[in-house]
Amino acid sequence: MSETLLEVRNLKTWFETPKGTVKAVDGVDLTLNRGEILGLVGESGSGKSITGFSLLGLVDPPGKVVEGSILFKGEDLRAASNKRLQALRGDRIAMIFQDPMMTLNPVLRIGTQMIETVRAHANVSKAEARAMARDALGMVGIPRPEERIDAYPHEFSGGMRQRVAIAIALLHKPDLIIADEPTTALDVTIQSQILSEVQKLTREMGMGLIWISHDLGVVAELAQNVAVMYAGRIVERGTVDQVLDTPMHPYTRGLIDSLPMENDRGQPLKQIPGNAPPPLGRPEGCPFRPRCGFATDACLSEPSETGDLSRGWRCFHPLAQEVTA
Amino acid sequence: MTVFILRRVLQAILVLAITSLIVFLGVYAIGDPLEILLPADATMAERAQVAASLHLDQPLPLQYLNFVSSALQGDFGRSFVYNRPALEVIFERLPATLELVTTSLVLSLVIGLPLGLWAGMKPGSLTDESVMTGSILGFSLPNFWQGMMLIMIFSVWLGWLPSTGRGDTGTVLGLHTSYATWDGFVHLLLPALNLAMAQIALVIRLTRTGVQETMPLDFVKYARARGLSERRILFVHVLKTILIPIVTVLGIEFGSLIAFAVVTETIFAWPGVGKLIIDSINMLDRPVVVAYILVIVTMFILINLIVDVLYSLLDPRIRSRA
Ligand SMILES: Nc1ncnc2c1ncn2[C@@H]1O[C@H](COP(=O)(O)OP(=O)(O)O)[C@@H](O)[C@H]1O
Ligand code: SF4
Ligand SMILES: [Mg+2]
Repeated sequence: MSETLLEVRNLKTWFETPKGTVKAVDGVDLTLNRGEILGLVGESGSGKSITGFSLLGLVDPPGKVVEGSILFKGEDLRAASNKRLQALRGDRIAMIFQDPMMTLNPVLRIGTQMIETVRAHANVSKAEARAMARDALGMVGIPRPEERIDAYPHEFSGGMRQRVAIAIALLHKPDLIIADEPTTALDVTIQSQILSEVQKLTREMGMGLIWISHDLGVVAELAQNVAVMYAGRIVERGTVDQVLDTPMHPYTRGLIDSLPMENDRGQPLKQIPGNAPPPLGRPEGCPFRPRCGFATDACLSEPSETGDLSRGWRCFHPLAQEVTA
Repeated sequence: MTVFILRRVLQAILVLAITSLIVFLGVYAIGDPLEILLPADATMAERAQVAASLHLDQPLPLQYLNFVSSALQGDFGRSFVYNRPALEVIFERLPATLELVTTSLVLSLVIGLPLGLWAGMKPGSLTDESVMTGSILGFSLPNFWQGMMLIMIFSVWLGWLPSTGRGDTGTVLGLHTSYATWDGFVHLLLPALNLAMAQIALVIRLTRTGVQETMPLDFVKYARARGLSERRILFVHVLKTILIPIVTVLGIEFGSLIAFAVVTETIFAWPGVGKLIIDSINMLDRPVVVAYILVIVTMFILINLIVDVLYSLLDPRIRSRA
């Protein structure tokens, strides 16, 4: 089961804008095995979505993958033709977007959109495709799928719509699913229901799952491994236990501290001071420097990654050493 | 839905009542039809006799009441000029105009949609620039001038298409239409194209803007992420979305096309109601003018109703609210 599914090396996706080059993704490495759930966390604007789109070749101009390699089951996706990518998308690699209200076409029935997805990759009749779609809806817990398949997106609640998106992602039993903040718009109960179901499905189907979220709490509940993203880079990675128990990067520490805890209910959450740097005005050296309580002159140059692809961080003054020292 | 339609019918009756009054007063003010109907040397006795036969000697309120009470029974008076029921004269000419107008609408979609999609897909390209320049010409040049140019190019220089009249008609499924014969069809092309010019330009612009506004939307990206072909995305996802405003606008334009048909019908000698109404105004043929306007207003109301229904059929979000 530990077959490597995805290897991303030094991925850079930049946007050439009139005001300058926005380095949305600036040297990201990721590794994902079959059956693994990887959480990609970071504040809004850190480059998580663009990372996801880069994998599928779906970055809209003026954005462009300018460097790096994306190996999916050994195949270099950066070198793949548009036709090849189209064949992979929705079939071997599926994506779930943040808000299915915006991503499902409002003027087409759920069934139409599911059937077209089936038939984009499988040579089956409409009736067979419909049966597959109906079964997928049933599998993600949509009641009366035979009836609901003819409904329009606006006729579903937010939670049900997200289940539809998950059902669509599962249609072709993909090897990899990229889920971009899919439960952010949902309330907590529905969110954890969906999380546990997704966990179960991933395990049963032996898929790899990249779960993008700004919420470290959700990722801790769901994933085995975490990559923390800041200003276009992975600043810390490791297993959920490693990262939550002994965070090395001050930014990760800040994310953990801002999680709501059982025992300090009623107290204001601790926020990381300051804001994420604007994409065109990132500070020299460590991009976290202006917000970091540990910064020294050393941080004026850029920290490289310490450790390896299973446990690593980018910081001159990692916290755990600070503690042991 | 029943309440909705009932309300619309009541609105329609009110609008028709008000229009009939305004039109009746307006037509009364234009001039005395006796001046035109009678020879200049007619005697007073002759004048009085004709005035009485046309009920022109009654006071205005009485004339209006008489008109309304007979109109309610479907009688809109007799044409002074043709000496036949006004409605009959109009309905005889109406199919030719409707045929012209619907053909124009179809042409504007058949020509405008592909050009708009093409331009919208490649913003800033040479294709886009040329299509947009063309559409500016379609909008800004006077319709009668476009008509004369069409005649110059296709009838005079190329000699491909006839420039006047309706040609042979035939009967298809009980409808009297130019589509029944080749001669009728080729006679229809130039006037329909002329009438469609501004609409083609409009459809091009609506489509192009629609494509450009729709392509960056998340559902297009999601459709790509599902591995759909660009063709399916454009012709199903994008087109279905932008057809909603286009159909609405065209539906509303239907009315103004009937109005613009006056110009086209005059240039191409097309025997429709547009030509009839111009003639009737010149001849002060009151019953025909009044009946024409009421018929057109009724059609406007019906068209708007149909547009609303179509709109809700195309947009499921509105359908479920109704
Ligand atoms: N079309 C674009 N033009 C310029 N910059 C962009 C564009 N799209 C995204 N970006 C930049 O890329 C960065 C990363 O965006 P994104 O991946 O959406 O962040 P996240 O998903 O982590 O919230 C942002 O700083 C944003 O400003
Ligand atoms: S490198 Fe320096 S500034 Fe950056 S996070 Fe580490 S301590 Fe803070
Ligand atoms: Mg995002």
